[in-house]
Amino acid sequence: MSGEAGPVFLQRRTYRRRRLKDAARLLPFLGAILFSVPLLWQGTPEAPTRTSSVMLYLFVVWAGLAGLSAVISRHLDDDQDDDTHQGDPPERP
Amino acid sequence: MATLNLLVVVCILYVALLFAVAFAADRAARAGRITWLRSPIVYTLSLSIYCTAWTFYGAVGFAARSGLEYLTIYLGPTLVMIGWWWTLRKMVRIGRSQRITSIADMISSRYGKSNLLAVFVTLLAVIGTTPYIALQLQSVTLSVATFARNDLTTTVVPDRDSTALLVAVGLTLFTILFGTRNLDANERHHGVVMAIALEAVVKLFALLAVGAFVVWGMSDGISATLARIDASEIADWQVPGSRWVGLTMLAAAAFLCLPRMFQVMVVENEDERHLRTASWAFPAYVMLMSLFVVPIAAVGLDLLPSAANPDMFVLTLPLLAGQDGLAILSFLGGFSSATSMVIVAAIALSTMVSNHIVMPIWLYATGGSAMVSGDVRSVALRARRLSIAGVVVLGYLYFRVSGGGTALAAIGLVSFAGVAQFLPALMVGLFWRGATRAGALAGLLAGFVVWLYCLFLPSFGPSVVLPQTVLDHGLFGLSWLRPQALFGAAGLDGVVHAVMWSMLLNTTAFIIVSLLSFPRPIERLQGAQFVNVFQHSGTRGSWTGGLAQSEDLLIMSQRIIGARDAQAFFSAAARRQGIGGYLPEPSPDFLQGLERELSGSVGAATAHAMVSQIMGGATVSVEDLMAVADETAQIMEYSNRLEAKSEEQARTARQLREANQKLTQLSVQKDAFLSQVSHELRTPMTSIRAFSEILRDTEELSASDQAKYASIIHDETVRLTRLLDDLLMLSVLESGQVTLNNQHGSLSAMLDRAVAATGGTTEALRIHRDRSAEDIQLHTDLDRLAQVFINLITNARKYCDAQEPALSISVKNDNGTLIVDFIDNGSGIAMDHQDVIFEKFSRVGDLKASGAGLGLAICREIMARLGGTITYLPGQGGAAFRVTLPLEARLAAQ
Repeated sequence: MSGEAGPVFLQRRTYRRRRLKDAARLLPFLGAILFSVPLLWQGTPEAPTRTSSVMLYLFVVWAGLAGLSAVISRHLDDDQDDDTHQGDPPERP
Repeated sequence: MATLNLLVVVCILYVALLFAVAFAADRAARAGRITWLRSPIVYTLSLSIYCTAWTFYGAVGFAARSGLEYLTIYLGPTLVMIGWWWTLRKMVRIGRSQRITSIADMISSRYGKSNLLAVFVTLLAVIGTTPYIALQLQSVTLSVATFARNDLTTTVVPDRDSTALLVAVGLTLFTILFGTRNLDANERHHGVVMAIALEAVVKLFALLAVGAFVVWGMSDGISATLARIDASEIADWQVPGSRWVGLTMLAAAAFLCLPRMFQVMVVENEDERHLRTASWAFPAYVMLMSLFVVPIAAVGLDLLPSAANPDMFVLTLPLLAGQDGLAILSFLGGFSSATSMVIVAAIALSTMVSNHIVMPIWLYATGGSAMVSGDVRSVALRARRLSIAGVVVLGYLYFRVSGGGTALAAIGLVSFAGVAQFLPALMVGLFWRGATRAGALAGLLAGFVVWLYCLFLPSFGPSVVLPQTVLDHGLFGLSWLRPQALFGAAGLDGVVHAVMWSMLLNTTAFIIVSLLSFPRPIERLQGAQFVNVFQHSGTRGSWTGGLAQSEDLLIMSQRIIGARDAQAFFSAAARRQGIGGYLPEPSPDFLQGLERELSGSVGAATAHAMVSQIMGGATVSVEDLMAVADETAQIMEYSNRLEAKSEEQARTARQLREANQKLTQLSVQKDAFLSQVSHELRTPMTSIRAFSEILRDTEELSASDQAKYASIIHDETVRLTRLLDDLLMLSVLESGQVTLNNQHGSLSAMLDRAVAATGGTTEALRIHRDRSAEDIQLHTDLDRLAQVFINLITNARKYCDAQEPALSISVKNDNGTLIVDFIDNGSGIAMDHQDVIFEKFSRVGDLKASGAGLGLAICREIMARLGGTITYLPGQGGAAFRVTLPLEARLAAQ
């Protein structure tokens, strides 16, 4: 990482793009958490959790993740992906 | 009822269609019409080879056995795909910039292009993939057998081995035909990719069709189907947490590490931007693939007899309902899944086997000469074709040997766990520069051994490979070494247990050894290139060929080999290709020729690096750079040597010139001396002869005249004697036969003697002395030293041309060295004479003064004998001589 810090305030567009990158990085973690939620549904011996309801939940989450990923990747434009994970290059406001 | 014959006909037609599509795509690619081949959708569809026959048939079986657990196999890859920004983007970028050809190449490149590592990864990949290929063959034969049992027109059930053999041969043929068109493994296999994209559509369509039929045709819509699920054996959600999380992670790891996935994801990638589309389209694809799995399983469990194989529900349900067309479509779906997997796996493995095992052995066996490129090309192609056949044959043999009895899903997971061992070396290597080759090897080895012991060998069943006693009581009877309860971890699911321990030990060994070992320079360079790939590779430019690059090449070549030669070379190449002007197509032949041409000027490695930088769009590899550095170092060393030599020669030449000048001067001096000597000898001789003749012939000479003439004769002979004495003394001194007579005495007294001997201070020469400084005691040959002083004072008396001639004698004691300077106020000695004044016979300036030019030569010889020196001291305003003498009695002559 460079010792030189970038400007504190970025253009709205640049700022938005960076938050999109953050979202792209966080999406798999969100997915992992959502996919693990059914593990908490223990149910009771009399009324065990139904496979059908878990299935519905999983497919809804799945479709939602694919949709979110589509939105994020569509808005991440090409010319800005050349930086590293560690630090974004300073940009002129 | 669907007949087996109809199935065979449809199958053959379908295969013919695949060949046609692959062929057309290859042709289109070669004709340059590849824009639609490069679409991101094709890329996404090619990724679907993740869904093999295991998915197509096995998922339903998996679901029928353990409910929703099958979803983990797709949830893992989904998470990896939507997290593409983390890993896939980096892998694809590295794959493009380093021209990676396989996962073995990727890992070995990261760790300094270690071939040992590549061989190890290749072997592990082959071991891990072989069961998987067997699985595909098994699924095809199973589905054919299912059809045959259902066919009432024939009672002949096709031999399962021959079906498998037929499929294997067909697949080998297809793969060799379209997978080894071109040697450069980094080039895209457009035909293959197109065919598997088509197969991806077919299998999705088939599964969705069967699913829709089952839900709306065999059940009464969605709610009825859900009710049927709730009523089935798999109604309860009871997946163990460890298996749910463990299998998801395993699937994610395998998705990244499977050789065939790496092939389509990284090697066949046309454009990094395709990942954007794939990041949502692939999750959507696998979601659709698994959408109807549970309904099909539930309906199958409900309607089919309990003995029916759940792995074949996708096929048997349409057959049960009499939907022959749907059944055949379903069969084609399964067939597509199986064949696309085998084709890509064979390409990926054959690239690894031929590049990392066959070619190194061949090069070694043939003496390691890779200079004849045509030769190597054909060998590499043959190696790759043989490897494809070998990989498929290996799968077939495994199928024959294993008997195909194991449930499909089980083999799949074992295989997944095997290739997942690459994950630490691959992923940690992408993000941590400290990862070393030794660490990667140690980790892979540890993971591989644990996987082999805990999962692979037990998977053959008890007592097949591992004896029952080992399974029950551990290796050597050590209970903590039980394969399925390692270190006492009993009670875990077998796969989760093996994955946990193998990955844990793999990663631990990897990191510990990495921390302890020290990487070679090339490892560190490669590590930096991999970890910081986004800083090194600026663009994601694609390999478009064209005249623009030819122009760049021309510009570069002109700089290197000169404008005229470069233009001639380019126009000749263009003429050979049938093009006018100066810009030929950048064909491989032309590039090779150009590289050779350039390498004549800048060295092979440099030429290669330069051409590939313009042509490849790839960054120059570290090996290229190191070769360039080597060449440059050699050239620099060579030119340094040349420079040193030429400097030495220049020095020698200067010395020779000086010597020559001195010789010429001396020769002139000698001629002058000879004439002087003859003159000097002749003048007294003439007087002696004349006066002796007068004495002899003249009768009446007065006594005074007689005495006068006799004294003239006497004086002249004295002069002659002195001249001869000088010459004699010089020859004695020079031959070193002089004997020194060392005495004690004071410098002051000696200078007094010398001044007195030369006539003392007179109007003709004032002598200035500093008596206080002269109080120095000497122990040397005082007589000879006095002679030097006398000579110097005499010279000053003779040659000082000032109005009021004066000589100052200054004495210094400089750290035990006596320094006596004789400085007069005349015009001094011209620069060009200063070199020769101490030579014999040298006389300075005009010949107005008498003397034979031996004085200073004698002085120099004497001082050398006494261990001192006498030098001319320029820049003192007159002639100045410095006499130095060590005060210690350290005498050279003794």
